[in-house]
Amino acid sequence: MASPAKKLAISLTVNGQPVDGLVEPRTLLIHFIRESLQLTGSHIGCETTHCGACTIDMNGMSVKSCTIFAVQADGAEITTIEGIANADGTLSALQEGFRQMHGLQCGFCTPGMITRAHRLLQENPNPTEPEIRFGIAGNLCRCTGYQNIVRAIQYAAAKLNGVEFREAAE
Amino acid sequence: MIPGPFTYHRPESVQEAVRLLGELGEEARPLAGGHSLIPMMKLRLATPEHLIDLHGIGDLKGISREGDHIVIRAMTTQHELLASDLIAASLPILHETALLIADPQVRYCGTIGGNVANGDPGNDMPGLMLTLDATYELQGPEGRRSVAAREFYQGAYFTALEPGEILTAVSVPVPPAGHGYAYEKLKRKIGDYATAAAAVVLTMDGGTVATCAIGLTNLSETALLAEEAAKAVIGTSLDDAALKRAADAARAIMAPAGDGRGPAEYRIHVGGIMVERALKRAAARIRAA
Ligand SMILES: Cc1cc2nc3c(=O)[nH]c(=O)nc-3n(C[C@H](O)[C@H](O)[C@H](O)COP(=O)(O)OP(=O)(O)OC[C@H]3O[C@@H](n4cnc5c(N)ncnc54)[C@H](O)[C@@H]3O)c2cc1C
Ligand code: FES
Ligand code: FES
Repeated sequence: MASPAKKLAISLTVNGQPVDGLVEPRTLLIHFIRESLQLTGSHIGCETTHCGACTIDMNGMSVKSCTIFAVQADGAEITTIEGIANADGTLSALQEGFRQMHGLQCGFCTPGMITRAHRLLQENPNPTEPEIRFGIAGNLCRCTGYQNIVRAIQYAAAKLNGVEFREAAE
Repeated sequence: MIPGPFTYHRPESVQEAVRLLGELGEEARPLAGGHSLIPMMKLRLATPEHLIDLHGIGDLKGISREGDHIVIRAMTTQHELLASDLIAASLPILHETALLIADPQVRYCGTIGGNVANGDPGNDMPGLMLTLDATYELQGPEGRRSVAAREFYQGAYFTALEPGEILTAVSVPVPPAGHGYAYEKLKRKIGDYATAAAAVVLTMDGGTVATCAIGLTNLSETALLAEEAAKAVIGTSLDDAALKRAADAARAIMAPAGDGRGPAEYRIHVGGIMVERALKRAAARIRAA
């Protein structure tokens, strides 16, 4: 019988790259991503599944990576904020929206917000304002008051749908 | 916030999961969505030595109609419940309730099996399952058995699950076409557990209530079926006096703990209000149809 301290081998795809790792079963996915992979864009805000700063995209779902064990990501496809930019390195529509609409102040929540909004727009390319607010309810922001985050997501949705977005940031 | 050490197991069948649970004994726990268990492990309120991850078991996924029941396999997530046309059409109260649970990220992970098996009075699904008179399918070393949700909850985190058993499915009788329903949940903020919540399913016949079931969430050590409250409205037109009798009868069985969501008196007070609101909204749905 394997002992609890024995490390397990995992193989997954992170931001399009194959990755192998050795993890203790109790290692949380966020710690593997930040410490073993050195991808420090995903943040740790609360460690209690409330704030959403650790949100990543895993197998087509937005998940809080502080509440999943790294062993459970064996075989998974993961996208973190580091994998959100366009392939040619230019800003994605969401990143551009957050910049144009002042969707961030300190920026601590932003990687989780953008990664979550990325999945939201895949599932609902044309969300209403209440749908955006409901869709980002698992991501807390201490600075912005959310208004400009909502506008940033509306900006990105408009851009992805090929229509012009006119509203200014507050 | 790092959980204690454990050995990780990922069986591929229910039989293997049950065998592992049986062999490893008390210190082994099933891991479903992990969104109740992992937070408890981080706080070291749970320190299982073995986790049996149920994600590798294909048999535990899916929603189907079997005769006049909807069968939801245990590892179906809240997100999958919300995406299901079958649920939206035949069990709309389940859709309404799932939308009021936590936030999108939690709903992608949290499962119906974990929600009902957890035994936490704060979970929303148990009170709903009491209301709908659901049955839980269990499988253990001694084989399979079915337990009514109404017989399942014995105390906080204390259920009819025997050591070594897992819950494989929830089977819900489809309420009659044209029924009224509502899940009313008071919470401090989106994503919070209920300060008080009430589920109502009722039918009406010529302006009066013909059948009614009422369930309560987070108002005692377990979810509660408010039978006297339901009786108080049957045969009435849900006039103010009947609503008040129902709220009072429901309050009489509530015994919540005071916590960050408010003192017990407050939670009992608003619990009655949730019952009244859920009754009114359920009836309004029938009248609007
Ligand atoms: C921030 C936050 C807010 C939340 N808000 C709500 C809310 O408002 N309402 C609500 O209802 N829930 C809420 N939850 C809890 C969430 O819905 C959980 O996902 C759910 O309670 C448990 O489901 P799970 O699949 O994650 O189970 P797990 O956490 O994996 O398991 C919970 C328990 O059940 C056992 N178990 C799991 N599956 C089985 C099975 N098939 N057979 C036998 N035993 C099993 C486990 O061993 C464990 O003891 C919240 C969670 C978080 C993190
Ligand atoms: S760090 Fe994961 S939700 Fe806050
Ligand atoms: S910008 Fe500071 S927390 Fe959101």
